[in-house]
Amino acid sequence: MAWRDARASRVRLFLFMASIVLGIAAVVSIQLFGTNLKDNIQKQSKALMGADYIIDSDDLPNERAQEIIDSLQPQASEVNFVSMVAFPKNGNTKLVKVRGLEGEFPFYGSIDTEPKSAAEVYQKQGGALVDATLMLQFDIQPGDSIKIGELTLPIAGALKAIPGSTAISTSVAPPVLMPRNLIDQTELIQFGSRKEYQYFFKVSDSLDLEAFEDQIDPQLDAEEADLDTHTSTSQRLGRRYENVGNFLNLAAFIALLLGCIGIASSVHIYIKEKLKSIAVLKCMGASRRQSFIIFLLQIAGIGFIGGLIGSIIGVGLQKLFPIILQEFLPFDVEISIAFAPILMGVILGVLMSVLFALLPLLSTWYVSPLEVLRVTENKLPQPQKARILVFSTILVFLYFFSFWLLDDALYALGFIGGTLVTFSILAGIAIGVMNLIRNYFPKGFGYTTRQSLLNLFRPNNQTVVLVVTIGLGTFLISTLYFTKDILLEKTNVEQSTQNANLILLDIQSDQRDAVAETLTENEAPILDNIPIVTMRVQQINDKTANAIRKDTTSTIRGWVLNHEFRTTYRDQLTDSEEVVKGEWVSTFSEGETVPISISENFAEDAKVGVGDALVFNVQGVLKKTQVKSIRKIDWGALKPNFNILFPSGVLEKAPQFDVITTAVANEEASANLQRDLVAAFPNLTVIDLRQVYSIIEDILNKVSWVINFMAFFSILTGIIVLIGSVRTSKYQRIKESVLLRTLGAKNTQILKISALEYVFLGLLGSLVGIVLALVSSLCLALFVFEQAFVPSWIPFGMFLPGISLLVVLIGLSNIQSVLRSSPLEVLRKEA
Amino acid sequence: MPNILKITGLEKTYNSGSKELTVLKNINFEIQKGETFSIIGPSGSGKTTLLGLCAGLDQPSAGQVELCGQNLSDLNEDQRAQLRNKEVGFIFQNFQLLPTLSALENVSVPLELQGNPQAEAKSKALLEKVGLGSRLDHYPSQLSGGEQQRVALARAFSNAPSILFADEPTGNLDEETGNKVIELLFELNREAGTTLVIISHDLELARKTQHILRLKGGQILTEESSIAH
Repeated sequence: MAWRDARASRVRLFLFMASIVLGIAAVVSIQLFGTNLKDNIQKQSKALMGADYIIDSDDLPNERAQEIIDSLQPQASEVNFVSMVAFPKNGNTKLVKVRGLEGEFPFYGSIDTEPKSAAEVYQKQGGALVDATLMLQFDIQPGDSIKIGELTLPIAGALKAIPGSTAISTSVAPPVLMPRNLIDQTELIQFGSRKEYQYFFKVSDSLDLEAFEDQIDPQLDAEEADLDTHTSTSQRLGRRYENVGNFLNLAAFIALLLGCIGIASSVHIYIKEKLKSIAVLKCMGASRRQSFIIFLLQIAGIGFIGGLIGSIIGVGLQKLFPIILQEFLPFDVEISIAFAPILMGVILGVLMSVLFALLPLLSTWYVSPLEVLRVTENKLPQPQKARILVFSTILVFLYFFSFWLLDDALYALGFIGGTLVTFSILAGIAIGVMNLIRNYFPKGFGYTTRQSLLNLFRPNNQTVVLVVTIGLGTFLISTLYFTKDILLEKTNVEQSTQNANLILLDIQSDQRDAVAETLTENEAPILDNIPIVTMRVQQINDKTANAIRKDTTSTIRGWVLNHEFRTTYRDQLTDSEEVVKGEWVSTFSEGETVPISISENFAEDAKVGVGDALVFNVQGVLKKTQVKSIRKIDWGALKPNFNILFPSGVLEKAPQFDVITTAVANEEASANLQRDLVAAFPNLTVIDLRQVYSIIEDILNKVSWVINFMAFFSILTGIIVLIGSVRTSKYQRIKESVLLRTLGAKNTQILKISALEYVFLGLLGSLVGIVLALVSSLCLALFVFEQAFVPSWIPFGMFLPGISLLVVLIGLSNIQSVLRSSPLEVLRKEA
Repeated sequence: MPNILKITGLEKTYNSGSKELTVLKNINFEIQKGETFSIIGPSGSGKTTLLGLCAGLDQPSAGQVELCGQNLSDLNEDQRAQLRNKEVGFIFQNFQLLPTLSALENVSVPLELQGNPQAEAKSKALLEKVGLGSRLDHYPSQLSGGEQQRVALARAFSNAPSILFADEPTGNLDEETGNKVIELLFELNREAGTTLVIISHDLELARKTQHILRLKGGQILTEESSIAH
């Protein structure tokens, strides 16, 4: 019977099914891709690191650490640092990450170069491998030369890939590989320069790496070095991608939820129209159970087919993810098909469609056979207890499914809560606007406009569901645009000479005057000259750093103890920092404990507050200090900011180097200045904030492309729900149009009424979505990023008309069949 | 008196699969202005099809329909709609009110389509005439069957039609309500001097009109003047 009845409604049932197909496809594809990614990371974990394990240190290892490293016999090593390089061929300069390698690294995987042989010969020939994109950008070919500090090297080839690096990670400072034995000739390893030493190890497979790490890592930690095995690194990498995967999963889940709401709404109308048939069946002796099961089977059937089709599409779709995420992946992902996500897709299809259709389906249980005798339409019976039970079941299911996706009870609760709130706000606004229209109906408008507005209230209308689906899709995309704007605004560099747009790092004391002279020659004013003193945390209150490291109950974050802090001293605060606790002490009197100011994040991670004592090791000299104030720092302001700030009169005599900020008028002036500076002072690092801004913009564009891709599922699901709704209300529309035509309406009037109805629907849905995005982005700007918010025009100028037009086009897609219907045929059917 | 409706050699056939189904065959009759006329016959005799063709809701397979002096075959869909809007009123068995409109708004539709600025005032007056002055803002779902049909009556007369077609106007009403609606229909018709064409299988109702046309199997069985008149 379920099949026989479904045959007559196959087009509508197909559309119900289509509502969930995309959501299922999205969830399945992400699950499949996630499974593949995990497998790939596991399989390629050695190739990802290039070694079995690495020991690294921010500085030359101390004697004890060196002893440990030597005893383990590293097969390769590296020293790396960020520096400016110059290309003599055309005089271009660029900030790069110089990696001086020694030994046959990598042991697993390979360095991909052009020409291929370059990876083999650069060590022997004393050449450099330069990032391929950088070479393309500066029109450099193998055979040209590169000047790194005081050393000029021939370029052996273009570096296309090296284990462990992604396109995103190399966009700020592209890598340049060179033989380690030539590093000293660059003269860049000197006081103040940031560097990292790495030692690469290859061991036999029989070594229990986990036990080995447990044994060695604490010893190295105490000597300010660190050990990472390929397994722990790949686990960390796996977790990082898992977070990305979780986000994508949730985006897909939202699309699925939208589809389910579409199903619930369509099934509600479908069942309402079937009530008479159900009453007839009951008159003929069908039990409540039988009539319920007929429609339950139909819905479960479409859920099954929808789940299956969605899963099949998902299998195809997962092949897109390596392309979409290629900038973020450090390796090529081999795609294979796992059975579990496909099975999950089918089960999800059946469960979600049945759960969401359960409420309207329950009406079949309560239909009285007496309905057969009634002429007028009755409302669906609304059993209160059953409603509450169904709602609770849906919520419990959604919670457990989110929990399964996120593996975190609180996040799952947050997601369900957030989704409910967003859906409720969207639905609330839709209902509110509809009530507003009803209560303050624009009676002065023309007939067609009034009729089209009234159509939003027609029986079995799906106005609220459509506003929610259109609104949610628009909300997702608009929020993305607004947030991207906030982030870009945050990092925007003012194009005036009042604000610094170039930062010069690592200026040695003896270079200070000459650098200033070069700046003056290039008409670049010195806006700030900041002295930098490096130091490490020696003691927090009465516990030494080593004691804290050994204390397993300590909640102090590791980086606080291991980091080499670059601090400064001055007698005033800058405009990117603000004292939030204690009082800023700008001077120091001899004999007192040094009053310092720390950043909020340092205070939180070091578990210290105002009044606590800190001892710093300033290059061998211990300085006792006391925290007098805690500052809130705007790290996003792209200005030199400091976790630790000393007052004047303490560090003036300590070994130090300078950071100078300046401003140049344009990119050309910036390039000229950089060229002059790098030529005269090869050790200097120059950060061009304009370039940083464009890199951030580029990264945000890449991230937003991924998010857009996911939001697209919601939009597409919204469109399918809309098509379903148009199809569901087709007969009602034909009836209305025919009646109007019978009463003398022209086709143009009917067309206008329909078009205006969809314009209202599209405008309302997209406007609600954009306004909600505007409000949430405003809150984000004010409370999280703490900055003024200037909304982008794109959501208003493009999404609003674009989505509205799409809604009108879909809405009018079957208007011809409405206009062509014979009035007599419809009126006769009614009779 | 001049003819308001003239039917000549009217035929209607439908394609039902490979077969041709003739619903009306060689129908000829005339109705003069101001007359009351009923078409009766058993189910499937072609009554509603004939009404649809007379009102220009459908196209005949052969023959001609001349309504208010205009040959409907010469008019396109929009022109026929315009003619209906000016000259024709309808009453249906299932009332056919727009569910999203209140009683007042439903009655106003034909006038609104004409762009008549007096639409609301005229509609109000008509609703008061049919005894629904206190239910102007009620929606169809809030009205009983009898009340809905009275709204439909008011709507049918709102554009002051020359001819009014009523298809089984009491078909969905109980006897008492049906009688009241019919009384009202004839009363309004008398006042407005409209030509009235009723389609029914109720001989009792048909006898209230001046002429009765009997249909059977798509053909005219008899055409007679009512005994009551």
